[in-house]
Amino acid sequence: MISLSSPVRTQAHDWPATSKIAGLGAATCGLFFLENLTGQVAAFVIVILIYLLPGWQFFRSGLQALWRLWPFVLMLAIFHFVTGTLKEGAIVSLRLISAIGLANLVTMTTPLSEFADSTEFVRPIVRRLGIPPKTLEIVFVLVVRMIPVLSERAQTLHVSWCARSRKRPSWRFILPLFLIALDDANHVADALLARGGLAAEGD
Amino acid sequence: MERSVAQVALFTALIAVLGIIPKITLGFGVPITAQSLGVMLCGTVLGARRGTSAVLLFLVLVAIGLPLLSGGRGGLGLFVSPSAGFLIGWPVAAFATGCIVERWRSAPLMLSASLASVVGGIGVMYIFGIVGLSIALDKTLVQSTFLVSAFIPGDIVKALIAGGLTAWIALVRPASLLSRRS
Repeated sequence: MISLSSPVRTQAHDWPATSKIAGLGAATCGLFFLENLTGQVAAFVIVILIYLLPGWQFFRSGLQALWRLWPFVLMLAIFHFVTGTLKEGAIVSLRLISAIGLANLVTMTTPLSEFADSTEFVRPIVRRLGIPPKTLEIVFVLVVRMIPVLSERAQTLHVSWCARSRKRPSWRFILPLFLIALDDANHVADALLARGGLAAEGD
Repeated sequence: MERSVAQVALFTALIAVLGIIPKITLGFGVPITAQSLGVMLCGTVLGARRGTSAVLLFLVLVAIGLPLLSGGRGGLGLFVSPSAGFLIGWPVAAFATGCIVERWRSAPLMLSASLASVVGGIGVMYIFGIVGLSIALDKTLVQSTFLVSAFIPGDIVKALIAGGLTAWIALVRPASLLSRRS
């Protein structure tokens, strides 16, 4: 289910997630302050070399993730061709590819469990928003469990719609899906209460 | 508390599922993905605080790599991409939408929820989105606004749908409309 996971284990997998995220932040800021084409080309080459370090399989996997950027790069190329500012276009495009390439690199080389541990910063925010921080694990588990359940129900609704109409599903399709989600939320809340509730888990 | 935690979790899952279902084509041929509709609904149904929590948790799951955004996208790369501003604006959009629905009780719910979705889900979200696009692509704010303007009609339709759905929820599941319970 993880979109960006490395097909091979690399040395970077053993580095702490927080260090990698901090490094990514610094590198991204550096890229945005780098205004000349030579610097951006150098940064791009370094990113490519980093992708090549763990081997061809890793490089191909990383390239596939970056390939999704082509509409933006094409749009930039057309815009800068029309405005006659191709050099600026090249700088922006290279900066974009390098920044996203580095971010993907962090995602690819960080196990999900470590990433989850580095999301501690969310706790104080959700506490202020009324969600007890200690229930956050339960919320994440519920979300991950409910995505395939709701997705399956959406598929069933889609099939039912197609069986009854020649037209493609319209926005009306969201109505029953929404109702199912609300009813499921009530069932889940009842189940949580039946198991003693969240009070013991909360602050 | 159980009900509100379950609803936050379910709405987070719902935003993800709205990205998985096929694109919906509106009557006049404009294809839209429903995820930003999910953000509007978080605000109109869950209210400001719970709606923001649901959207924030969704973004955390996207950031750690789960492919939950439409098109199966996920990972930190999205937060430095041209659409990063829109993603960062999502929780703020849900908060603004929820605030308006919670406080503007004199108007019919369909009207207040629709207008709240326009202000939060379009106004606030596009401010963040346009600034993000402007930074990522090194374009002026005017140029960035021009680039995203094609999506505004679809988003207005989504805001109206969000208003309609919220009013409908008030009729059939009034207890689930947390934005009007406090």
